[in-house]
Amino acid sequence: MINDKNSQKIVDIIQNWARKHSIWVLAYGTGCGAIEIPPTMTSRYDAERLGVRGAATPRQADVLLVTGYLTTKTLKRVIRVYEQMQDPKFVIGFGSCTINGGMYYDSYNTIKLLDKYLPVDVYINGCMPRPEAVLAGFGKLQEIIAEGRANGAQKYKDNLEWYKANQKKIIPSLLTTDYNW
Amino acid sequence: MDLLTNILGAIATIILAFVVGMSYGGIVRKITARVHNRLGPPWYQNFIDAYKLFGKTTAIHHGWMQIMGPAFLMVSSVVTLMFVPVLNNGGWFTNLNFKGDLIFLLYLMVFGPLGMALGAGQTGNPNSAIGVTRGLSQMVGFEIPWVMALVALMIQFNTTTITGLMDVQQMSGTWLMFSSPFAFIAAVLAMLGMFRYSPFDIVGAPTELASGPVSENGGKFLFTMMSSGSIFSFVKLTLYVDLFMGGADNLIILLIKTFSIYMIPVLYGIVSPRYRTEQAIRFFWGWPLFFGILAILYAAIF
Ligand code: SF4
Repeated sequence: MINDKNSQKIVDIIQNWARKHSIWVLAYGTGCGAIEIPPTMTSRYDAERLGVRGAATPRQADVLLVTGYLTTKTLKRVIRVYEQMQDPKFVIGFGSCTINGGMYYDSYNTIKLLDKYLPVDVYINGCMPRPEAVLAGFGKLQEIIAEGRANGAQKYKDNLEWYKANQKKIIPSLLTTDYNW
Repeated sequence: MDLLTNILGAIATIILAFVVGMSYGGIVRKITARVHNRLGPPWYQNFIDAYKLFGKTTAIHHGWMQIMGPAFLMVSSVVTLMFVPVLNNGGWFTNLNFKGDLIFLLYLMVFGPLGMALGAGQTGNPNSAIGVTRGLSQMVGFEIPWVMALVALMIQFNTTTITGLMDVQQMSGTWLMFSSPFAFIAAVLAMLGMFRYSPFDIVGAPTELASGPVSENGGKFLFTMMSSGSIFSFVKLTLYVDLFMGGADNLIILLIKTFSIYMIPVLYGIVSPRYRTEQAIRFFWGWPLFFGILAILYAAIF
């Protein structure tokens, strides 16, 4: 009965409900967008009422919030941070810079589309997105978690070669360690 | 039969401590949020967090001591719980008290943090190491007034058991809070450090130290620490109520008393910024130590 498909479904529903209401965010403050995180978390917009809370380290976090442009240098760190996070994990791309490069579209040392390097679950667009937009983004993430569609981490595992190849193109010196998920 | 009731009672005690501790944690988050003029998470948020943490996979392995660290914490919390009488008349809660258990408790209460320190050391994270040194220094700070307060009680009433001190209060009808006020003051000041709310949250400072000793622990490790922390805070509160506020006759009174004493560190913490390590130790070796000495003198002379 425990391994039966239907009971697994029920467990999934309960777990997804818990995941949805307890989102611990690791805000990787790369770009200017990071300045919108404090207002989102404090009195005015109070993200904690949705269960969104800051996490101190990648080990404890559920969501990696990439706030803005990523230079080739920071991309390396972001990849390491993402790979240190524990499953189930999600990525939110924050600001136009993570979608198409934003105002740095012709820069020589920023990446343009984050999804080529890390599996993004939700994008929040705007330059920079207001706290309302950030909360809407978290709402969207909660929605897809509840439906069980937030499977970016699975995508990353399945297409590891593709992601690694893309990452290597930007960072030739990237050391790929063996990860035992 | 006796063993069976003891085991069932122990399980009931653990469940009670877990539920009450977690709910208090959630209520504290709510109160903090209200003070910040926010709406705050629901009071059961901690249960959701714990369930989610339990459901996470854990692919971290730095060695066996890292796994033993949270286990040490849990064992120490649960064993301490077994030595603190939950209610005055015992009820169906297990209590393994014996002669001298107050002294034993003093040792037992630092056992968990020490185990955690070893576990945090093995993760190799520099933040953990800094957190551990800070935690141990702070412990040296608040343990001294705390031990002095307890020693004062032991001298004053000639007993080394918690139940003995509870009997004293029931017999005389006054709480120890009033019959040995200096010990109470020293113990309450030590409590500020024991609960690690601001300004004494120097161990797990989230932005400064990336949460210190727990920085390499996620998922199920964190779940174990969270639940053992909740149980431990219930234990400490119950111990204070037993020692200074005449114990509790039933669960409702227990909840009221523990909650009101819990509000001292919480409310003091909400409006305080964080101390540096040496400031924290200087605090404990100032007035709390003075009141501790006063309590011992009071106990020895009267
Ligand atoms: S999207 Fe705009 S605000 Fe955000 S990092 Fe890029 S340039 Fe800065």
